[in-house]
Amino acid sequence: MATLEITNLHARVAEEDGEQILRGVDLEVKSGEIHALMGPNGSGKSTTSKIIAGHPAYEVTDGEILLHLEEGDFGDVEIPEDARTWNLLELEPNERAALGIFLGFQYPAEIEGVTMTNFLRTALNAKIDERDELLFGEDEDAEEEEAGYDTSPMEGNVDDGEVGVAEFQKLLKEKMDLLDMDEKFMQRYLNAGFSGGEKKQNEVLQAAILEPSIAVLDEIDSGLDIDRLQDVSKGINALRDEQGTGILQITHYQRILEYVEPDYVHIMLDGKVVKSGDASLASELEDKGYDWVREEVYEAA
Amino acid sequence: MSSDQDHLKETDTEARFEFKKEQKAAFAAEKGLTEETIRVISEDKDEPEWMLERRLRALKQYQKMPMPTDWPGQPDLSEVDVDEIVPYIRPDVEVRGGVDDWRDLPDDIKDTFDKLGIPEAEKNALSGVGAQYESEVVYQNMQERWEEKGVVFMNMDQAVQEHEDIVKEYFMTKCVPPSDNKFAALHGAIWSGGSFVYVPEDTTVDMPVQAYFRMNSEGMGQFEHTLIVAEKGSEVHYIEGCSAPKYSAFNLHSGGVEVFVGEDAHVQYSTVQNWSKNTYNLNTKRAIVEKNGRMEWISGSMGSKATMLYPASILKGRGASDNHITIAFAGEGQNIDTGAKVYHNAPETKSTIESKSISKDGGRTNYRGLVHIANGAKNSSTAVECDALMFDNESTSDTMPYMEINESTVDVAHEATVGKIGDEDIFYLQSRGLDDDDAKQMIVSGFIEPITEELPIEYAVELNRLVELEMEGSLG
Repeated sequence: MATLEITNLHARVAEEDGEQILRGVDLEVKSGEIHALMGPNGSGKSTTSKIIAGHPAYEVTDGEILLHLEEGDFGDVEIPEDARTWNLLELEPNERAALGIFLGFQYPAEIEGVTMTNFLRTALNAKIDERDELLFGEDEDAEEEEAGYDTSPMEGNVDDGEVGVAEFQKLLKEKMDLLDMDEKFMQRYLNAGFSGGEKKQNEVLQAAILEPSIAVLDEIDSGLDIDRLQDVSKGINALRDEQGTGILQITHYQRILEYVEPDYVHIMLDGKVVKSGDASLASELEDKGYDWVREEVYEAA
Repeated sequence: MSSDQDHLKETDTEARFEFKKEQKAAFAAEKGLTEETIRVISEDKDEPEWMLERRLRALKQYQKMPMPTDWPGQPDLSEVDVDEIVPYIRPDVEVRGGVDDWRDLPDDIKDTFDKLGIPEAEKNALSGVGAQYESEVVYQNMQERWEEKGVVFMNMDQAVQEHEDIVKEYFMTKCVPPSDNKFAALHGAIWSGGSFVYVPEDTTVDMPVQAYFRMNSEGMGQFEHTLIVAEKGSEVHYIEGCSAPKYSAFNLHSGGVEVFVGEDAHVQYSTVQNWSKNTYNLNTKRAIVEKNGRMEWISGSMGSKATMLYPASILKGRGASDNHITIAFAGEGQNIDTGAKVYHNAPETKSTIESKSISKDGGRTNYRGLVHIANGAKNSSTAVECDALMFDNESTSDTMPYMEINESTVDVAHEATVGKIGDEDIFYLQSRGLDDDDAKQMIVSGFIEPITEELPIEYAVELNRLVELEMEGSLG
């Protein structure tokens, strides 16, 4: 079971006189748990999610983000004793992904000309390679040497241990069935021309394929009609139930929490998590808004 | 590789070039492009008198014409020294049989092949030592099948001998006359090698005709001429393959391509070119398209120091159509100036131009296009789309789409986009596990996908691979 541990995180926009956005965020998410992170616009929720994934637009000024791994987090892959705690702030975004961090984007990029199938298989293989390298320090140079074609250009690079086309197709079909997605999706270009709902569904599909330990989903409910919201929610529940992913669900509204029931709810205000509780906290917010929390916090101070 | 080794490699390469120059001088005629040189070439090829005359006329044209210098944003050609060209021609003629031994190729060419993943057998075929290799055999079989239908596909030099009537009628007479531009004139004077394709009426050649191996094994020069004649109702797809093996000490490539698309005929001309970074690539490619004929130009231009290349279609007959898809990639110190020209000279003619360019590390790409719609070309339509992708703030990309519209009942569309590779796009892919380089590569291969999807798989793979190598900066 992996644990994402965020302590006293301070961050600002990475430019001269960049605005300080996070002022001491504390959060802990374990795989298998569902957390809701709520708060008004500008409170720092999306910034938190991007910093977890390693977005270069932000500079962390204090605090840390640790990822603790346990035996079994990567299936049969044995995790060496000395490779069980990682300081995410020292890692590149792709290295964080390799260790099981996933960020579901509110506005995913549209990449023309790259089919979903090609993209997902490439990502999955890249993730496996990188993970092995991080855990076991496998020599990248050795791989480079092999990068030429042994046989013919049409057969592609020779690379042992990579998920092949047929194997991948099978995996993909499984996951798409699980999410009730149309297979036609797979020949389309990555997010290009996707409706808002399709993009969100696609984010969940990617998490299903990449099987992260912790998925941070940034306002995945925004702009969805009720049917899509149910589909996406079903997918999120499946991530937790089928593969034990820990979910950090960032949202404005309580609506999605009717379908994805959180174990914990956190409220963020002005760059800090100011209050945490169980699912009932979300209902309370729905009734009373954020002002109530604000008053409570400032009175206490 | 350490900088010491780099230095060694460089010195070694220089030495090699120097050595070659000396060797060439032993065979060369007078320095400078003279009538004598042309006569030597023609005689060496045992050409008929009329071809020699055409060469000499072209030479006169060449001597009269000024270098293009005043096009806006044009690549700098001041280094192109014609006096230096001549010593390079002569050995080209001498080694018409190709490089005899793979080992004689410069190391950087061999490295390129290795990086491209060209299998050993193909390397041997490319270097001209092995006729028995698989690719060659396939080629022979196809040729036999075509021959039965009256299709001709052979070396241009050979065609002058064996299909003299056709060549005499079409060679640089109606499509690309030497008077067209300075480099067409130069080409007309010293052309050597190339492909000749003739497809009789109502004949469909359903497999692409590929000049992939021939170019090398038969030692095509840097001034190769391609002549394609597709008679009424015929169909052919001609592919000119990887030109990395052309990599050599020669620093000027000036090819000529002439395509005749008969009534209701369909010709696709595809090329994936990768020149060494010391090459000036200055070509003239043109098609004349008769009634309801269709011409398609698909080209990937990589490498070279400077490229000036604007494949042109003259839509001569009613209902003729043209598609252009071009891609250019410019890295450090490179200026790739490409585009397309279409002349709508008849009613109901159609053209589409799709141009993509990528520039990085201060590279410069230009799209230079001309669409001319003649008075009387009623109900014609054209659509031009230019997309430029840039990696950094040092790289530049210019779009110069000229449109001359002399008819009112036409449909004209132009669209251009210029973009920098988006940080958010890269971050998105990184967050899925791709490293920075792979993310960029994926975005670029998606960008050029409209071209790769038009090519047979092995060329698509090769184009992608070339782009990949360019992005790593490990080619040339």
